[in-house]
Amino acid sequence: MVQARNITKSFQTQVVLRGVDLTVEKGDVVAILGPSGSGKTTLLRCLNFLETADGGTLEFDGETFQRGHVSKRDIARLRKKTAFVFQNYNLFSNKTALQNVTEGLIIGRKMHKAQALEIGRRALDKVGLSDRYDYYPHQLSGGQQQRVGIARALATDPEIIYFDEPTSALDPELIGEVLAVMKQLAEEGMTMLVVTHEMSFARNVSNKVIFMEDGQVLEEGSSREFFAHPSQERTRAFLRTLSGER
Amino acid sequence: MSERLLEIIVDSFTKILIPGIKVTIPLTILSFSFAMVIAVIVAMIQFAQIRVLKQICRFYIWVVRGTPLLVQLYVIFYGLPNLGIIIDPFPCAVLVFSINEGAYCAETMRAALESVPRGQIEAGYCVGMSYLQIMRRIVLPQAFRTAFPPLSNSLISMVKDTSLAANITVVEMFMATQRIVARTYEPLALYIEVGLIYLLFCTVLTGLQHMGERRLNVAEERRKDPWYRHVISLNRFRRR
Repeated sequence: MVQARNITKSFQTQVVLRGVDLTVEKGDVVAILGPSGSGKTTLLRCLNFLETADGGTLEFDGETFQRGHVSKRDIARLRKKTAFVFQNYNLFSNKTALQNVTEGLIIGRKMHKAQALEIGRRALDKVGLSDRYDYYPHQLSGGQQQRVGIARALATDPEIIYFDEPTSALDPELIGEVLAVMKQLAEEGMTMLVVTHEMSFARNVSNKVIFMEDGQVLEEGSSREFFAHPSQERTRAFLRTLSGER
Repeated sequence: MSERLLEIIVDSFTKILIPGIKVTIPLTILSFSFAMVIAVIVAMIQFAQIRVLKQICRFYIWVVRGTPLLVQLYVIFYGLPNLGIIIDPFPCAVLVFSINEGAYCAETMRAALESVPRGQIEAGYCVGMSYLQIMRRIVLPQAFRTAFPPLSNSLISMVKDTSLAANITVVEMFMATQRIVARTYEPLALYIEVGLIYLLFCTVLTGLQHMGERRLNVAEERRKDPWYRHVISLNRFRRR
């Protein structure tokens, strides 16, 4: 469903992505792992044109987006099929939880208000926030805010949800509630591409793992294979440090 | 206090207040409204980084902020007739005050726009909104909330600045007072009197500002946040 080929990206003199390939099939839950600064987040942002890649092609749903030949309208159309969950939630601070979820439907997609509210409530119910419809972001905990972020992503009925380190900004005791929601989505067959540092998620929920370092994909494979028999020495070292830490 | 002085003060009160209501207040409201329109447009152009227009906006702000308001009034009112452009005193005052205040408020608005986290704009794109929709629904409402206290400051400041319009023959409160002084030779009492009327106007505006802030939830939300409490206490010393 998503096929990226040879994506490159530099910021000023720093090369962040050195030709990355990536394939996500419908129903896949792909975890992107790797040390900080390896380009994981930039890759994710390039897939949704939050950053413009310097080179490479992106195929989404059979439609090809070639660097330099993408119009604003193409980008808008692509974005309407995808959703994004941010590390810092990025909720609209002047809107309630429910308005955060319905804004993109009512304004972006011109949906009828009643229908949007119905969808919005259902999305918030799903992430366990039925009692927080009318709370503003600053009245919610980090975990609750991130669940609103996920509800906002769900409400637009996307074909894929991109998660950019969704639990990295959370207090340890709040991580569980967010991961539980993500796990539930994965079980329901949602296609997800998740940049994460949560090894338990990569191991137990995702079916595919991509390991990146220094702007390149070092290793990729099924998550069972990846954790049981990592082929690269660098991957083994990475996994060892992590297991040492925990 | 002599009986004569008392009589002058009481007599002149309505004679000063009426030009205040008929001239000073409309002049302030009109000029500030136009200034806000200018400010929002100029701030949005800079925020959106529109190339050539942005340079023009920077130039406008540079010139207006770098020259005295009184000089601007004189150039437009006494200078432009040399080029055959003659504008009546009141419209001329509105024009100059709008342009002048617009430049200051544009900077306030720009700072407020930039204070809205960029991530919210990205989130807006990701849920399928266009740039203008994001500005209208997400960024501007938050920016106005942030800009409300400093903009109130500018408005209060402007009420007093309108007294400069006396220099271009607009008969507002100050000019009315000068005329009474010329007749009665009681400058001390009368200038204090007009000062008190300005004070009255500004007190009303300050009250409105507090009501507005409560309405916008600004006060309440920020009282909880120690950082903002710090910022607000600093701002108290920064009033123009």
